[in-house]
Amino acid sequence: MGVEGIGARVVRKEDKRFITGKGRYVDDIKLQGMTHAHFVRSPHAHAKVKGIDSSAALKMPGVVAVLTGQQIVDDKVGNLICGWAITSKDGSPMKMGAWPAMAPETVRFVGQAVAVVIADTKNLARDAAEAVVVDYEELPAVADVHAAIKAGAQQLHPEAPGNQVYDWVIGDEGATDAAFAKAANVVKLDVTNNRLAPNAMEPRAAIADYDAAEEHFTLYTTSQNPHVARLVLSAFYNIAPEHKLRVIAPDVGGGFGSKIFIYPEEMVALWASKKVGRPVKWTGDRTEAFLTDAHGRDHVTHAEMAFDANNKITGLKVKTYANFGAYMSLFSSSVPTYLYATLLSGQYNIPAIHAEVIGVYTNTTPVDAYRGAGRPEASYLIERLMETAARQLKVDPAALRRSNFITEFPHQTPVIMAYDVGDFNASLDAAMKAIDYAGFAARKAKAKTEGKLRGIGLSCYIEACGIAPSKAVGSLGAGVGLWESAEVRVNPVGTIEILTGSHSHGQGHETTFCQLVAERLGVPISQVSIVHGDTDKVQFGMGTYGSRSAAVGLTAILKAMEKMESKAKKIAAHALEASEGDIVIENGEFKVAGTDKAIAFPMVALAAYTAHNLPDGMEPGLKESAFYDPTNFTFPAGAYICELEVDAGTGKTSFVNFVAADDFGRLINPMIVEGQVHGGLAQGIGQALLEHAIYDANGQPVTASFMDYSMPRADDLPSFNLSHTTTLCPGNPLGIKGCGEAGAIGASAAVINAITDAIGKNNLEMPATPDRVWRTIHAA
Amino acid sequence: MSTVKLTVNGKAVSVDVEDRTLLVQLLRENLNLTGTHVGCDTSQCGACVVHMDGKAVKSCTMLAGQADGANVTTIEGIAKGDELHPMQAAFRDNHGLQCGYCTPGMIMSAIDIVHRHGGGLDEATVRRELEGNICRCTGYHNIVKAVLDAAGRMKVSQAAE
Repeated sequence: MGVEGIGARVVRKEDKRFITGKGRYVDDIKLQGMTHAHFVRSPHAHAKVKGIDSSAALKMPGVVAVLTGQQIVDDKVGNLICGWAITSKDGSPMKMGAWPAMAPETVRFVGQAVAVVIADTKNLARDAAEAVVVDYEELPAVADVHAAIKAGAQQLHPEAPGNQVYDWVIGDEGATDAAFAKAANVVKLDVTNNRLAPNAMEPRAAIADYDAAEEHFTLYTTSQNPHVARLVLSAFYNIAPEHKLRVIAPDVGGGFGSKIFIYPEEMVALWASKKVGRPVKWTGDRTEAFLTDAHGRDHVTHAEMAFDANNKITGLKVKTYANFGAYMSLFSSSVPTYLYATLLSGQYNIPAIHAEVIGVYTNTTPVDAYRGAGRPEASYLIERLMETAARQLKVDPAALRRSNFITEFPHQTPVIMAYDVGDFNASLDAAMKAIDYAGFAARKAKAKTEGKLRGIGLSCYIEACGIAPSKAVGSLGAGVGLWESAEVRVNPVGTIEILTGSHSHGQGHETTFCQLVAERLGVPISQVSIVHGDTDKVQFGMGTYGSRSAAVGLTAILKAMEKMESKAKKIAAHALEASEGDIVIENGEFKVAGTDKAIAFPMVALAAYTAHNLPDGMEPGLKESAFYDPTNFTFPAGAYICELEVDAGTGKTSFVNFVAADDFGRLINPMIVEGQVHGGLAQGIGQALLEHAIYDANGQPVTASFMDYSMPRADDLPSFNLSHTTTLCPGNPLGIKGCGEAGAIGASAAVINAITDAIGKNNLEMPATPDRVWRTIHAA
Repeated sequence: MSTVKLTVNGKAVSVDVEDRTLLVQLLRENLNLTGTHVGCDTSQCGACVVHMDGKAVKSCTMLAGQADGANVTTIEGIAKGDELHPMQAAFRDNHGLQCGYCTPGMIMSAIDIVHRHGGGLDEATVRRELEGNICRCTGYHNIVKAVLDAAGRMKVSQAAE
């Protein structure tokens, strides 16, 4: 490893613009003649739209147009799609309710747009939106899965009887029933995985610009995957053919999944820019983010785990109701199925698993992939079950986990996944050492003398990342391939541009991707630029989510680098009159091994472009590209342990220590990896203690601002104690597993296990607010 | 419409704005100082923090007219040419930012925290004082480290001056 190579803690190249206020986010962009959009949104969770009167709004100053849902339907802009087909256990396809970008007839959640005002300024658009009169006929609403599945419940979509999207199963029911029939002990648990609002700090935004002469659109948008956005806008929403649509995702202020999806606002902005003949900008406010960004989680689950007389797990049964909200968002269907139920084996040998997942429509904001996407729900369930089992079976929770750990790899679980490598004992050892697990009993006793209830909680998580290979996800219903692309362009002076289909919105690709180049060529990272986020520059790409950019995106860069290096070695060998096989690359030079003959990399690049003296038959230039499709998912895993104290008088929780021992395979930049873990842990802790997107029984959101929704603040969180153990991923040549979501996946269970340990009662739902903890302590 | 006269990053400016214009709108839309961000509608997130007459304020929570005659410093105005403010350098060196959206407000708040507490800063104080700035990326761990690091650097640079 060089000072800037793989494994180095290189400070980020992209930071300079962010710390000096020179970042370029969508809302920072102004176009000539730009108009501003403000949406007219439903205040009702469920209602018929009987009529829209725009006459007063149209007379207001600066108003360019008022456009409605009926017009977007009449113009044949496609309905929003769900890109992952799930088949119910009876063989029927999932039941999709139609979702137009603005509602022409029926609104099904608070915040759904029915019309948009286009005006000269943002304030004028907002004023005029107030003057649009919508005649609603209110309908009864169902706000949660319990209400939605009741007999006689109000129906949302004619396409989905019983408000059911699908009833999907995985695993072997017969084998699982047999295991339970023979079980020495059965542990049962009901858990609710609380709904979260994503809340990337940058609200979503879009600027659409239509060029009538070229019949060409440009869209600036807050996207994690601009090429997927272009594909969907083109192929399904009929905005324009792909070559007439450029999508640019410049600096994006956090995504966490919520900016994967193509939302109605982008579609409307594009459509409206053509209709009004001027660029249209929309920037959401925070309440719009709460109302319209796809939410996360929201599962209600009953699970049972069977053990034999030696406390070995013999079977697992799970039944989960997943709340999808009012419509099926782009990848929503895959989250509680292939991203959740396939991880239900956790880190454990479980011979038989059967899971049933019932997807349900409710009159709430759509739910989709968010920061872990299905895997936090699986991990939380399994790790709460293991803790519950340890308490019921009266064994040490660490010992129970160890005796059931998978220790031989590869390991085929009963729920599709084939774990390639791991060492779960190593990460648990590291975490237990870091927190001094052996000394906990004494610390608990001492805390008791001080009137505090102290608890410790473990969580041994595993996740599946990369969201690939394409063939595998295709066989499971994905509508897209999930490879990644890269292009390496060497300029005649030897500087390098790396074009990637991955998208950085906080992950630090502009630094880590350069580190790979520095590692291989020995050139400084200042000589390398990363180009991403623009469909006119990068040919195609699948974007960033599922902790995939290093394992898949960086490997694509490696593949392109190998091709480029191979050609460069031929050029160097020719120039040095040596054999290609004798050329080695060191410190920016191509050398003949064992001699002092060398040619600097910029001279190789120049030779490629002057083409005065290339090997016979070689094309000029030095540019190579690659598409990389991995052979398997990757499986990051680790052990988290939380130690905390509860004040029995107030129910307030205070952290004593939080340790995380993760196995992410090879780390490119440990500083950045640690940052990713910190952020994930904050999310996991936030879900456990603070966050909850709440609706009342009528489907009215109760938590639609930062005044009401409890975001983790600095003083809600501890400093974290991190360490790493390493097993290299065999599925990609760099041995990378991915680190972006681990904290969010593993942390929640550790916190709840610790609180329930402290208070001596096992049943406690998230978020464990002081009120809820106090009530649990003092319940009869 | 009103004319608002103020000094921004050392330059006197005079801007005609609608009376309802917020200070953050004046900065972003009239002066093109887009480093100051808007992350919420309720004065909670702190992405819009700037300094007015030396004190941290949320620029989304005051009218532009209230800044008439004031001396405003934004994230664009704290470096001395190419020399970063110690707080900016500390955020970079401690990986105190990821997506960068909350960062300008964090840095402006953090400078104010150090000014108010001087040498008396510890982790708990920094965490409590950052209550009005929300970050979704970093879990605050490295932000807290950066502020404590910068507090030391600012003491040194003050001593040097």
